[in-house]
Amino acid sequence: MGRVIRGEVIVAGAGSGPLLVTDQALSFWGGYDQLTGEIIDRRHPLSGQIAAGTVLALPASRGSSTTSAVFLEAAKAGTAPAAIITIGPDRFLALASIVADEVFGKGIPMVAVSAADFGLLVTGTMAVVSPDGRVELGST
Amino acid sequence: MDSGRQLGVGVPAGLEMTLELSARDRELLAGDHGPGARLAMSILVRVAGVTGVERLMDITGAHIDSSLYMGDATLAFAERLASLGAKVAVPSSLNVSGVDEHGWKDWPVPPAWAASAHRQMVAYQTMGCTPTWTCAPYQTKARPVFGQQIAWGESNAICFANSVIGARTERYPDLLDICAAITGRVPEAGLHLDTNRGGQDLFRLRDIPESIQRDDAFYPVLGHLIGKITQERIPVIEGLTVVPAEDQLKALCAATASSGAVALLHIVGVTPEAPTKEAAFRGANPERIFDVTMDGLRAARAELTTSAGAALDMVVLGSPHFSVAEFRQLAPLLVGRRRHPNVEFLVTSSRIMSLLAQDAGLLEPLEAFGGKVTVDTCVLTTPMLRPEIKTLMTNSAKYAYYSPGLLRTAVVFGSLADCVESAVLGRVFRDESLWVA
Repeated sequence: MGRVIRGEVIVAGAGSGPLLVTDQALSFWGGYDQLTGEIIDRRHPLSGQIAAGTVLALPASRGSSTTSAVFLEAAKAGTAPAAIITIGPDRFLALASIVADEVFGKGIPMVAVSAADFGLLVTGTMAVVSPDGRVELGST
Repeated sequence: MDSGRQLGVGVPAGLEMTLELSARDRELLAGDHGPGARLAMSILVRVAGVTGVERLMDITGAHIDSSLYMGDATLAFAERLASLGAKVAVPSSLNVSGVDEHGWKDWPVPPAWAASAHRQMVAYQTMGCTPTWTCAPYQTKARPVFGQQIAWGESNAICFANSVIGARTERYPDLLDICAAITGRVPEAGLHLDTNRGGQDLFRLRDIPESIQRDDAFYPVLGHLIGKITQERIPVIEGLTVVPAEDQLKALCAATASSGAVALLHIVGVTPEAPTKEAAFRGANPERIFDVTMDGLRAARAELTTSAGAALDMVVLGSPHFSVAEFRQLAPLLVGRRRHPNVEFLVTSSRIMSLLAQDAGLLEPLEAFGGKVTVDTCVLTTPMLRPEIKTLMTNSAKYAYYSPGLLRTAVVFGSLADCVESAVLGRVFRDESLWVA
Protein backbone atom coordinates (compact mmCIF):
# COMPACT_ATOMS: atom_id res chain seq x y z
CA MET A 1 0.00 0.00 0.00
CA GLY A 2 1.19 3.49 -0.77
CA ARG A 3 1.18 6.68 1.16
CA VAL A 4 -1.96 8.02 2.93
CA ILE A 5 -2.86 11.70 3.15
CA ARG A 6 -5.49 12.91 5.61
CA GLY A 7 -7.66 15.61 4.13
CA GLU A 8 -10.62 17.63 5.33
CA VAL A 9 -13.96 16.32 4.06
CA ILE A 10 -15.67 18.96 1.93
CA VAL A 11 -18.25 16.67 0.32
CA ALA A 12 -18.16 13.15 1.67
CA GLY A 13 -17.95 10.23 -0.71
CA ALA A 14 -15.74 7.57 -2.18
CA GLY A 15 -14.00 7.97 -5.53
CA SER A 16 -10.86 6.69 -7.16
CA GLY A 17 -8.85 7.07 -10.33
CA PRO A 18 -5.51 8.21 -11.68
CA LEU A 19 -4.43 11.59 -10.33
CA LEU A 20 -4.48 14.58 -12.68
CA VAL A 21 -2.50 17.29 -10.93
CA THR A 22 -1.99 20.99 -11.65
CA ASP A 23 -0.58 23.82 -9.57
CA GLN A 24 -2.73 26.35 -11.43
CA ALA A 25 -6.32 27.29 -10.64
CA LEU A 26 -8.92 26.57 -13.32
CA SER A 27 -12.08 28.33 -14.42
CA PHE A 28 -14.53 25.59 -15.41
CA TRP A 29 -16.52 28.02 -17.59
CA GLY A 30 -14.41 28.16 -20.70
CA GLY A 31 -12.01 25.72 -19.10
CA TYR A 32 -13.93 22.43 -18.80
CA ASP A 33 -15.97 20.76 -21.54
CA GLN A 34 -19.01 19.35 -19.72
CA LEU A 35 -19.80 17.02 -22.63
CA THR A 36 -16.40 15.31 -22.71
CA GLY A 37 -14.59 16.19 -19.48
CA GLU A 38 -11.73 17.75 -21.46
CA ILE A 39 -9.87 20.74 -20.04
CA ILE A 40 -10.24 23.36 -22.76
CA ASP A 41 -8.64 26.49 -21.30
CA ARG A 42 -5.88 26.80 -23.90
CA ARG A 43 -3.84 28.93 -21.52
CA HIS A 44 -3.92 26.24 -18.79
CA PRO A 45 -1.17 23.61 -18.44
CA LEU A 46 -3.76 20.79 -18.43
CA SER A 47 -5.27 21.95 -21.74
CA GLY A 48 -6.28 18.90 -23.80
CA GLN A 49 -6.30 16.47 -20.84
CA ILE A 50 -9.47 14.49 -20.07
CA ALA A 51 -10.37 14.99 -16.41
CA ALA A 52 -13.49 12.76 -16.42
CA GLY A 53 -12.88 9.72 -14.22
CA THR A 54 -9.63 11.06 -12.78
CA VAL A 55 -8.97 12.35 -9.29
CA LEU A 56 -8.44 15.98 -10.23
CA ALA A 57 -6.08 17.84 -7.92
CA LEU A 58 -6.02 21.60 -8.36
CA PRO A 59 -5.33 24.42 -5.89
CA ALA A 60 -8.73 26.04 -6.46
CA SER A 61 -11.26 27.06 -9.08
CA ARG A 62 -11.13 30.56 -10.44
CA GLY A 63 -12.63 33.15 -12.73
CA SER A 64 -16.25 33.50 -13.65
CA SER A 65 -19.07 32.59 -11.29
CA THR A 66 -20.33 30.09 -13.87
CA THR A 67 -17.74 27.51 -12.79
CA SER A 68 -20.28 25.96 -10.39
CA ALA A 69 -22.92 25.56 -13.11
CA VAL A 70 -20.51 23.87 -15.51
CA PHE A 71 -19.36 21.52 -12.76
CA LEU A 72 -22.99 20.68 -11.95
CA GLU A 73 -23.62 19.85 -15.61
CA ALA A 74 -20.57 17.58 -15.63
CA ALA A 75 -21.66 15.87 -12.40
CA LYS A 76 -25.13 15.15 -13.83
CA ALA A 77 -23.76 14.06 -17.21
CA GLY A 78 -21.11 11.75 -15.71
CA THR A 79 -18.18 13.72 -17.18
CA ALA A 80 -16.92 15.07 -13.85
CA PRO A 81 -13.77 13.82 -12.15
CA ALA A 82 -14.27 10.80 -9.84
CA ALA A 83 -13.13 13.00 -6.97
CA ILE A 84 -11.56 16.42 -6.42
CA ILE A 85 -8.67 17.44 -4.20
CA THR A 86 -8.03 21.14 -3.50
CA ILE A 87 -5.73 23.14 -1.23
CA GLY A 88 -8.17 24.32 1.42
CA PRO A 89 -11.93 24.32 0.79
CA ASP A 90 -13.11 25.54 -2.62
CA ARG A 91 -16.65 26.78 -2.11
CA PHE A 92 -17.47 27.02 -5.83
CA LEU A 93 -16.79 23.38 -6.57
CA ALA A 94 -18.24 22.34 -3.19
CA LEU A 95 -21.47 24.18 -4.02
CA ALA A 96 -21.85 22.34 -7.32
CA SER A 97 -21.21 19.00 -5.67
CA ILE A 98 -23.72 19.79 -2.89
CA VAL A 99 -26.39 20.76 -5.44
CA ALA A 100 -25.61 17.64 -7.47
CA ASP A 101 -26.19 15.67 -4.27
CA GLU A 102 -29.36 17.54 -3.17
CA VAL A 103 -31.06 17.64 -6.58
CA PHE A 104 -29.72 14.60 -8.49
CA GLY A 105 -28.18 12.39 -5.79
CA LYS A 106 -24.88 12.63 -7.66
CA GLY A 107 -22.44 14.48 -5.38
CA ILE A 108 -18.74 14.42 -6.34
CA PRO A 109 -16.45 13.53 -3.41
CA MET A 110 -14.23 16.45 -2.43
CA VAL A 111 -11.33 16.68 -0.03
CA ALA A 112 -9.19 19.68 0.98
CA VAL A 113 -5.54 19.11 1.85
CA SER A 114 -2.61 21.26 2.99
CA ALA A 115 -0.24 22.80 0.44
CA ALA A 116 2.49 20.47 1.71
CA ASP A 117 0.37 17.35 1.18
CA PHE A 118 -0.77 18.67 -2.18
CA GLY A 119 2.89 18.71 -3.18
CA LEU A 120 2.99 14.91 -2.75
CA LEU A 121 0.44 14.40 -5.52
CA VAL A 122 1.81 13.27 -8.88
CA THR A 123 -0.13 12.91 -12.13
CA GLY A 124 -0.75 9.29 -13.07
CA THR A 125 -0.56 7.88 -9.53
CA MET A 126 -3.70 5.97 -8.52
CA ALA A 127 -5.63 7.73 -5.74
CA VAL A 128 -8.48 6.39 -3.60
CA VAL A 129 -10.54 9.04 -1.80
CA SER A 130 -12.56 7.80 1.19
CA PRO A 131 -15.65 9.35 2.80
CA ASP A 132 -13.62 10.16 5.92
CA GLY A 133 -11.21 12.36 3.94
CA ARG A 134 -8.36 9.88 3.59
CA VAL A 135 -6.54 9.81 0.25
CA GLU A 136 -4.58 6.61 -0.43
CA LEU A 137 -1.88 6.94 -3.06
CA GLY A 138 -0.90 3.83 -5.01
CA SER A 139 1.57 3.17 -7.78
CA THR A 140 1.74 5.01 -11.09
CA MET B 1 -28.98 17.28 16.82
CA ASP B 2 -31.87 17.60 14.35
CA SER B 3 -30.33 20.18 12.06
CA GLY B 4 -27.28 17.94 11.65
CA ARG B 5 -29.38 15.19 10.10
CA GLN B 6 -31.21 17.65 7.84
CA LEU B 7 -27.93 18.79 6.39
CA GLY B 8 -27.57 15.43 4.72
CA VAL B 9 -24.57 13.46 3.65
CA GLY B 10 -21.27 15.23 3.43
CA VAL B 11 -21.51 17.74 6.24
CA PRO B 12 -18.10 18.04 7.86
CA ALA B 13 -18.18 16.77 11.43
CA GLY B 14 -19.00 19.50 13.92
CA LEU B 15 -20.70 21.82 11.44
CA GLU B 16 -23.94 21.85 13.37
CA MET B 17 -21.99 23.08 16.39
CA THR B 18 -20.31 26.03 14.61
CA LEU B 19 -23.08 27.48 12.41
CA GLU B 20 -25.53 29.48 14.48
CA LEU B 21 -28.96 29.60 12.83
CA SER B 22 -31.69 32.17 13.58
CA ALA B 23 -35.26 31.07 14.37
CA ARG B 24 -36.30 31.96 10.81
CA ASP B 25 -33.30 30.09 9.37
CA ARG B 26 -34.50 27.00 11.25
CA GLU B 27 -38.05 27.45 9.97
CA LEU B 28 -36.75 27.67 6.41
CA LEU B 29 -34.62 24.58 6.92
CA ALA B 30 -37.54 22.70 8.45
CA GLY B 31 -39.76 23.43 5.44
CA ASP B 32 -42.14 25.80 7.29
CA HIS B 33 -41.87 28.24 4.36
CA GLY B 34 -42.37 25.57 1.72
CA PRO B 35 -40.24 22.89 0.07
CA GLY B 36 -38.56 25.28 -2.38
CA ALA B 37 -37.29 27.52 0.41
CA ARG B 38 -36.24 24.39 2.33
CA LEU B 39 -34.08 23.17 -0.59
CA ALA B 40 -32.51 26.63 -1.02
CA MET B 41 -31.76 26.88 2.71
CA SER B 42 -30.33 23.38 2.85
CA ILE B 43 -27.88 24.18 0.04
CA LEU B 44 -26.98 27.53 1.62
CA VAL B 45 -26.33 25.98 5.04
CA ARG B 46 -24.18 23.18 3.63
CA VAL B 47 -22.08 25.69 1.67
CA ALA B 48 -21.77 27.90 4.75
CA GLY B 49 -20.50 24.81 6.57
CA VAL B 50 -17.74 24.26 4.02
CA THR B 51 -16.32 27.72 4.67
CA GLY B 52 -16.79 27.51 8.43
CA VAL B 53 -18.80 30.71 9.00
CA GLU B 54 -20.49 31.31 12.34
CA ARG B 55 -23.80 32.75 11.21
CA LEU B 56 -25.88 33.99 8.30
CA MET B 57 -26.90 37.60 7.62
CA ASP B 58 -29.67 39.45 5.76
CA ILE B 59 -29.38 40.84 2.24
CA THR B 60 -31.67 43.39 0.55
CA GLY B 61 -31.03 42.58 -3.12
CA ALA B 62 -29.69 39.91 -5.46
CA HIS B 63 -28.47 39.53 -9.03
CA ILE B 64 -28.97 36.04 -10.40
CA ASP B 65 -26.37 34.55 -12.74
CA SER B 66 -28.02 31.12 -12.48
CA SER B 67 -30.25 32.34 -15.34
CA LEU B 68 -27.55 31.14 -17.76
CA TYR B 69 -28.66 27.97 -19.49
CA MET B 70 -25.72 25.59 -19.40
CA GLY B 71 -27.55 22.34 -20.07
CA ASP B 72 -29.95 19.80 -18.57
CA ALA B 73 -28.66 20.24 -15.03
CA THR B 74 -29.06 24.01 -14.67
CA LEU B 75 -32.52 23.78 -16.23
CA ALA B 76 -33.55 20.90 -13.94
CA PHE B 77 -32.27 22.85 -10.92
CA ALA B 78 -34.28 25.96 -11.88
CA GLU B 79 -37.44 24.02 -12.65
CA ARG B 80 -37.11 22.02 -9.42
CA LEU B 81 -36.99 25.21 -7.35
CA ALA B 82 -39.85 26.81 -9.32
CA SER B 83 -42.04 23.71 -9.15
CA LEU B 84 -41.47 23.51 -5.39
CA GLY B 85 -42.94 27.02 -5.15
CA ALA B 86 -39.74 28.90 -4.31
CA LYS B 87 -40.06 32.73 -4.50
CA VAL B 88 -37.32 35.31 -4.08
CA ALA B 89 -37.47 37.17 -0.76
CA VAL B 90 -35.59 40.27 -1.99
CA PRO B 91 -35.63 42.30 -5.27
CA SER B 92 -33.64 40.15 -7.71
CA SER B 93 -32.40 41.14 -11.16
CA LEU B 94 -31.50 38.53 -13.76
CA ASN B 95 -28.18 38.15 -15.57
CA VAL B 96 -27.97 37.14 -19.21
CA SER B 97 -29.95 34.12 -20.34
CA GLY B 98 -29.04 31.41 -22.81
CA VAL B 99 -31.05 32.91 -25.66
CA ASP B 100 -32.18 36.23 -27.15
CA GLU B 101 -35.86 35.62 -26.42
CA HIS B 102 -37.24 37.46 -29.46
CA GLY B 103 -34.22 37.59 -31.77
CA TRP B 104 -32.70 34.11 -31.74
CA LYS B 105 -34.20 33.08 -35.08
CA ASP B 106 -31.94 35.61 -36.86
CA TRP B 107 -28.99 33.39 -35.92
CA PRO B 108 -28.18 29.68 -36.27
CA VAL B 109 -29.31 28.91 -32.71
CA PRO B 110 -30.64 25.33 -32.56
CA PRO B 111 -34.40 25.45 -31.79
CA ALA B 112 -34.02 22.79 -29.09
CA TRP B 113 -31.44 24.94 -27.31
CA ALA B 114 -33.69 28.01 -27.61
CA ALA B 115 -36.64 26.07 -26.17
CA SER B 116 -34.66 24.81 -23.15
CA ALA B 117 -33.00 28.17 -22.50
CA HIS B 118 -36.42 29.80 -22.68
CA ARG B 119 -37.84 27.33 -20.15
CA GLN B 120 -35.04 28.38 -17.81
CA MET B 121 -35.93 32.08 -18.34
CA VAL B 122 -39.53 31.27 -17.42
CA ALA B 123 -38.50 29.32 -14.32
CA TYR B 124 -36.57 32.27 -12.85
CA GLN B 125 -39.39 34.69 -13.63
CA THR B 126 -41.81 32.27 -11.94
CA MET B 127 -39.66 32.63 -8.83
CA GLY B 128 -40.30 36.39 -8.91
CA CYS B 129 -37.02 37.65 -10.42
CA THR B 130 -37.10 40.80 -12.58
CA PRO B 131 -36.39 40.03 -16.27
CA THR B 132 -33.50 42.48 -16.70
CA TRP B 133 -31.42 39.95 -18.71
CA THR B 134 -28.15 41.82 -18.45
CA CYS B 135 -24.61 41.35 -17.16
CA ALA B 136 -24.44 45.12 -16.49
CA PRO B 137 -27.33 45.44 -13.98
CA TYR B 138 -25.44 48.27 -12.27
CA GLN B 139 -26.34 50.46 -15.27
CA THR B 140 -30.07 49.86 -14.78
CA LYS B 141 -32.60 50.49 -12.02
CA ALA B 142 -31.15 47.42 -10.31
CA ARG B 143 -28.04 49.47 -9.39
CA PRO B 144 -27.35 49.04 -5.66
CA VAL B 145 -26.23 51.84 -3.33
CA PHE B 146 -23.10 52.35 -1.23
CA GLY B 147 -22.99 50.01 1.75
CA GLN B 148 -25.98 47.92 0.62
CA GLN B 149 -25.68 44.23 1.51
CA ILE B 150 -26.44 42.23 -1.64
CA ALA B 151 -25.84 38.76 -3.10
CA TRP B 152 -24.66 39.17 -6.66
CA GLY B 153 -23.58 36.66 -9.25
CA GLU B 154 -21.66 37.42 -12.50
CA SER B 155 -18.00 38.21 -11.95
CA ASN B 156 -17.88 41.59 -13.71
CA ALA B 157 -21.01 42.79 -11.92
CA ILE B 158 -19.68 41.66 -8.54
CA CYS B 159 -16.46 43.58 -9.07
CA PHE B 160 -18.28 46.70 -10.27
CA ALA B 161 -20.83 46.66 -7.41
CA ASN B 162 -18.13 46.29 -4.76
CA SER B 163 -15.48 48.52 -6.29
CA VAL B 164 -17.21 51.35 -8.14
CA ILE B 165 -20.40 51.59 -6.05
CA GLY B 166 -19.20 50.34 -2.67
CA ALA B 167 -22.05 47.87 -2.24
CA ARG B 168 -21.19 44.71 -0.26
CA THR B 169 -21.22 41.34 -1.96
CA GLU B 170 -19.17 38.20 -1.92
CA ARG B 171 -18.46 36.41 -5.19
CA TYR B 172 -21.71 34.43 -5.50
CA PRO B 173 -21.56 31.58 -7.97
CA ASP B 174 -24.43 30.29 -10.08
CA LEU B 175 -26.76 28.05 -8.05
CA LEU B 176 -25.98 29.86 -4.78
CA ASP B 177 -27.13 33.34 -5.83
CA ILE B 178 -30.71 32.10 -6.24
CA CYS B 179 -30.57 30.27 -2.89
CA ALA B 180 -29.53 33.55 -1.25
CA ALA B 181 -32.34 35.41 -3.03
CA ILE B 182 -34.97 32.85 -1.97
CA THR B 183 -33.88 32.83 1.68
CA GLY B 184 -32.77 36.48 1.88
CA ARG B 185 -29.69 35.17 3.70
CA VAL B 186 -25.98 34.74 3.04
CA PRO B 187 -23.00 33.54 5.08
CA GLU B 188 -21.74 36.43 7.23
CA ALA B 189 -18.26 36.47 5.77
CA GLY B 190 -15.85 37.88 3.23
CA LEU B 191 -16.57 41.16 1.52
CA HIS B 192 -19.85 41.66 3.41
CA LEU B 193 -17.68 42.70 6.37
CA ASP B 194 -15.84 46.06 6.24
CA THR B 195 -12.75 44.59 7.89
CA ASN B 196 -12.20 42.27 4.90
CA ARG B 197 -12.36 45.03 2.31
CA GLY B 198 -8.88 46.52 2.69
CA GLY B 199 -6.42 46.32 -0.21
CA GLN B 200 -3.75 43.61 -0.37
CA ASP B 201 -1.67 44.24 -3.50
CA LEU B 202 -0.50 47.71 -4.56
CA PHE B 203 -0.15 48.41 -8.29
CA ARG B 204 1.73 51.68 -8.97
CA LEU B 205 1.37 53.18 -12.43
CA ARG B 206 4.85 54.19 -13.56
CA ASP B 207 5.27 56.70 -16.41
CA ILE B 208 1.98 55.80 -18.10
CA PRO B 209 1.21 58.76 -20.41
CA GLU B 210 -2.18 60.42 -20.00
CA SER B 211 -2.80 59.77 -23.68
CA ILE B 212 -2.83 56.05 -22.79
CA GLN B 213 -4.82 56.57 -19.58
CA ARG B 214 -7.57 58.31 -21.56
CA ASP B 215 -7.71 55.55 -24.18
CA ASP B 216 -10.50 53.01 -23.80
CA ALA B 217 -8.14 50.14 -24.57
CA PHE B 218 -6.04 51.00 -21.51
CA TYR B 219 -8.65 49.75 -19.01
CA PRO B 220 -9.18 46.20 -20.29
CA VAL B 221 -5.41 45.83 -20.77
CA LEU B 222 -4.64 47.12 -17.25
CA GLY B 223 -7.35 44.87 -15.83
CA HIS B 224 -6.01 41.83 -17.64
CA LEU B 225 -2.51 42.54 -16.28
CA ILE B 226 -3.66 43.11 -12.70
CA GLY B 227 -6.07 40.16 -12.58
CA LYS B 228 -3.39 37.80 -13.77
CA ILE B 229 -0.99 38.87 -11.03
CA THR B 230 -3.36 39.46 -8.12
CA GLN B 231 -5.69 36.49 -8.79
CA GLU B 232 -8.29 36.47 -5.96
CA ARG B 233 -6.71 39.27 -3.90
CA ILE B 234 -7.84 42.88 -3.51
CA PRO B 235 -5.70 45.14 -5.71
CA VAL B 236 -5.22 48.87 -5.16
CA ILE B 237 -4.31 51.00 -8.17
CA GLU B 238 -2.28 54.13 -7.51
CA GLY B 239 -1.11 56.79 -9.90
CA LEU B 240 -4.06 57.26 -12.23
CA THR B 241 -3.97 60.93 -13.23
CA VAL B 242 -7.22 61.06 -15.20
CA VAL B 243 -10.77 60.44 -14.00
CA PRO B 244 -12.03 57.32 -15.79
CA ALA B 245 -15.55 57.16 -17.21
CA GLU B 246 -18.00 54.62 -15.81
CA ASP B 247 -17.70 52.38 -18.87
CA GLN B 248 -13.92 52.41 -18.56
CA LEU B 249 -14.25 51.21 -14.96
CA LYS B 250 -16.72 48.59 -16.20
CA ALA B 251 -14.10 47.33 -18.67
CA LEU B 252 -11.42 47.32 -15.96
CA CYS B 253 -13.58 45.29 -13.56
CA ALA B 254 -14.60 42.78 -16.24
CA ALA B 255 -10.96 42.23 -17.20
CA THR B 256 -9.67 41.71 -13.65
CA ALA B 257 -12.54 39.30 -12.99
CA SER B 258 -11.64 37.26 -16.11
CA SER B 259 -7.86 36.88 -15.90
CA GLY B 260 -8.15 36.76 -12.10
CA ALA B 261 -10.97 36.35 -9.62
CA VAL B 262 -11.04 39.94 -8.47
CA ALA B 263 -14.26 40.75 -6.59
CA LEU B 264 -13.12 44.13 -5.26
CA LEU B 265 -10.51 46.63 -6.37
CA HIS B 266 -9.71 50.13 -5.22
CA ILE B 267 -8.40 53.06 -7.28
CA VAL B 268 -6.86 55.77 -5.13
CA GLY B 269 -8.76 59.00 -5.61
CA VAL B 270 -11.45 57.38 -7.76
CA THR B 271 -13.41 54.58 -6.05
CA PRO B 272 -15.50 55.31 -2.93
CA GLU B 273 -13.51 53.33 -0.38
CA ALA B 274 -10.17 54.74 -1.56
CA PRO B 275 -10.06 58.52 -1.01
CA THR B 276 -6.40 57.92 -0.02
CA LYS B 277 -3.97 55.02 -0.28
CA GLU B 278 -4.16 54.57 3.51
CA ALA B 279 -7.96 54.31 3.35
CA ALA B 280 -7.75 51.79 0.49
CA PHE B 281 -5.53 49.55 2.62
CA ARG B 282 -7.58 50.29 5.77
CA GLY B 283 -4.40 51.41 7.52
CA ALA B 284 -2.42 48.23 6.76
CA ASN B 285 0.66 47.95 4.58
CA PRO B 286 0.44 46.41 1.11
CA GLU B 287 1.33 42.72 1.17
CA ARG B 288 2.95 43.01 -2.25
CA ILE B 289 3.88 45.97 -4.47
CA PHE B 290 4.04 45.91 -8.28
CA ASP B 291 4.99 48.61 -10.75
CA VAL B 292 2.84 48.86 -13.87
CA THR B 293 5.01 50.00 -16.78
CA MET B 294 4.34 50.50 -20.47
CA ASP B 295 6.33 47.32 -21.13
CA GLY B 296 4.01 45.38 -18.82
CA LEU B 297 0.95 46.86 -20.50
CA ARG B 298 2.29 46.02 -23.97
CA ALA B 299 2.81 42.40 -22.91
CA ALA B 300 -0.69 42.20 -21.42
CA ARG B 301 -2.18 43.72 -24.57
CA ALA B 302 -0.33 41.16 -26.70
CA GLU B 303 -1.68 38.31 -24.53
CA LEU B 304 -5.26 39.30 -25.31
CA THR B 305 -4.68 38.44 -28.97
CA THR B 306 -4.28 34.81 -30.07
CA SER B 307 -4.43 35.34 -33.84
CA ALA B 308 -1.25 36.15 -35.72
CA GLY B 309 -2.66 36.95 -39.16
CA ALA B 310 -4.91 39.61 -40.63
CA ALA B 311 -7.87 37.28 -41.31
CA LEU B 312 -11.11 38.40 -39.71
CA ASP B 313 -14.66 36.97 -39.69
CA MET B 314 -16.53 38.95 -37.06
CA VAL B 315 -16.32 41.95 -34.76
CA VAL B 316 -18.16 41.57 -31.47
CA LEU B 317 -18.61 44.35 -28.90
CA GLY B 318 -20.44 44.48 -25.60
CA SER B 319 -19.06 42.30 -22.81
CA PRO B 320 -20.22 43.54 -20.38
CA HIS B 321 -23.38 44.62 -22.19
CA PHE B 322 -23.04 47.85 -24.18
CA SER B 323 -24.41 50.97 -22.46
CA VAL B 324 -26.10 53.94 -24.07
CA ALA B 325 -22.87 55.88 -23.57
CA GLU B 326 -21.00 53.22 -25.54
CA PHE B 327 -23.59 53.26 -28.34
CA ARG B 328 -23.10 57.04 -28.39
CA GLN B 329 -19.34 56.58 -28.73
CA LEU B 330 -19.75 53.99 -31.48
CA ALA B 331 -22.31 55.76 -33.68
CA PRO B 332 -20.09 58.56 -35.07
CA LEU B 333 -17.41 56.02 -36.02
CA LEU B 334 -19.95 54.26 -38.26
CA VAL B 335 -21.62 57.15 -40.05
CA GLY B 336 -21.28 56.96 -43.81
CA ARG B 337 -19.39 53.68 -43.69
CA ARG B 338 -20.24 50.05 -44.28
CA ARG B 339 -18.75 46.83 -43.02
CA HIS B 340 -16.88 44.55 -45.42
CA PRO B 341 -19.29 41.87 -46.71
CA ASN B 342 -17.12 39.11 -45.22
CA VAL B 343 -17.03 40.53 -41.69
CA GLU B 344 -20.05 40.36 -39.38
CA PHE B 345 -20.49 43.17 -36.87
CA LEU B 346 -22.38 42.53 -33.62
CA VAL B 347 -23.10 44.50 -30.46
CA THR B 348 -24.42 42.60 -27.43
CA SER B 349 -26.53 44.64 -25.04
CA SER B 350 -29.61 44.64 -22.84
CA ARG B 351 -33.17 45.34 -23.95
CA ILE B 352 -33.30 48.53 -21.91
CA MET B 353 -30.01 49.91 -23.23
CA SER B 354 -30.77 49.07 -26.86
CA LEU B 355 -34.22 50.70 -26.55
CA LEU B 356 -32.67 53.83 -25.08
CA ALA B 357 -30.09 53.81 -27.88
CA GLN B 358 -32.85 53.43 -30.45
CA ASP B 359 -34.79 56.36 -28.96
CA ALA B 360 -31.60 58.43 -29.14
CA GLY B 361 -31.17 57.60 -32.83
CA LEU B 362 -27.98 55.66 -32.17
CA LEU B 363 -29.02 52.40 -33.81
CA GLU B 364 -29.64 53.84 -37.28
CA PRO B 365 -25.92 54.32 -38.06
CA LEU B 366 -25.29 50.79 -36.79
CA GLU B 367 -27.97 49.32 -39.07
CA ALA B 368 -26.74 51.35 -42.05
CA PHE B 369 -23.22 50.08 -41.34
CA GLY B 370 -24.52 46.51 -41.56
CA GLY B 371 -24.24 45.82 -37.84
CA LYS B 372 -26.65 43.95 -35.60
CA VAL B 373 -27.67 44.04 -31.96
CA THR B 374 -28.36 40.97 -29.84
CA VAL B 375 -30.02 41.39 -26.44
CA ASP B 376 -30.66 39.19 -23.36
CA THR B 377 -27.52 37.13 -23.91
CA CYS B 378 -24.04 37.24 -25.48
CA VAL B 379 -21.90 35.24 -27.89
CA LEU B 380 -20.36 33.26 -25.01
CA THR B 381 -23.68 32.09 -23.59
CA THR B 382 -25.81 31.27 -26.63
CA PRO B 383 -24.70 29.19 -29.66
CA MET B 384 -25.36 31.93 -32.22
CA LEU B 385 -22.18 31.98 -34.30
CA ARG B 386 -21.91 30.24 -37.64
CA PRO B 387 -19.23 27.52 -37.62
CA GLU B 388 -17.38 29.42 -40.36
CA ILE B 389 -16.52 32.14 -37.84
CA LYS B 390 -12.88 31.38 -37.00
CA THR B 391 -11.48 34.76 -35.94
CA LEU B 392 -13.18 37.36 -33.77
CA MET B 393 -12.08 40.89 -32.99
CA THR B 394 -13.24 42.73 -29.87
CA ASN B 395 -12.51 45.65 -27.56
CA SER B 396 -13.55 43.53 -24.55
CA ALA B 397 -10.94 41.76 -22.44
CA LYS B 398 -13.63 39.36 -21.25
CA TYR B 399 -14.59 38.32 -24.78
CA ALA B 400 -10.88 38.10 -25.64
CA TYR B 401 -10.15 35.95 -22.60
CA TYR B 402 -12.97 33.44 -22.98
CA SER B 403 -13.53 33.13 -26.75
CA PRO B 404 -10.64 30.77 -27.53
CA GLY B 405 -11.82 28.18 -24.97
CA LEU B 406 -15.60 28.57 -25.18
CA LEU B 407 -15.99 29.26 -28.89
CA ARG B 408 -12.77 27.71 -30.17
CA THR B 409 -12.09 30.85 -32.20
CA ALA B 410 -8.94 32.90 -32.51
CA VAL B 411 -9.30 36.41 -31.15
CA VAL B 412 -7.83 39.84 -31.73
CA PHE B 413 -8.02 42.58 -29.12
CA GLY B 414 -8.22 46.18 -30.32
CA SER B 415 -9.71 49.56 -29.49
CA LEU B 416 -13.26 50.44 -30.49
CA ALA B 417 -11.91 52.43 -33.45
CA ASP B 418 -9.64 49.52 -34.45
CA CYS B 419 -12.65 47.18 -34.42
CA VAL B 420 -14.68 49.47 -36.71
CA GLU B 421 -11.77 50.08 -39.06
CA SER B 422 -11.06 46.35 -39.32
CA ALA B 423 -14.72 45.59 -40.05
CA VAL B 424 -14.62 48.09 -42.93
CA LEU B 425 -11.31 46.84 -44.33
CA GLY B 426 -12.24 43.17 -43.97
CA ARG B 427 -8.95 42.41 -42.24
CA VAL B 428 -7.36 43.13 -38.86
CA PHE B 429 -6.14 46.69 -38.49
CA ARG B 430 -4.72 48.11 -35.27
CA ASP B 431 -3.48 51.65 -34.74
CA GLU B 432 -0.25 51.07 -32.82
CA SER B 433 0.69 54.75 -32.44
CA LEU B 434 -0.24 54.89 -28.73
CA TRP B 435 1.48 51.62 -27.90
CA VAL B 436 4.81 51.66 -29.77
CA ALA B 437 7.89 51.66 -27.57
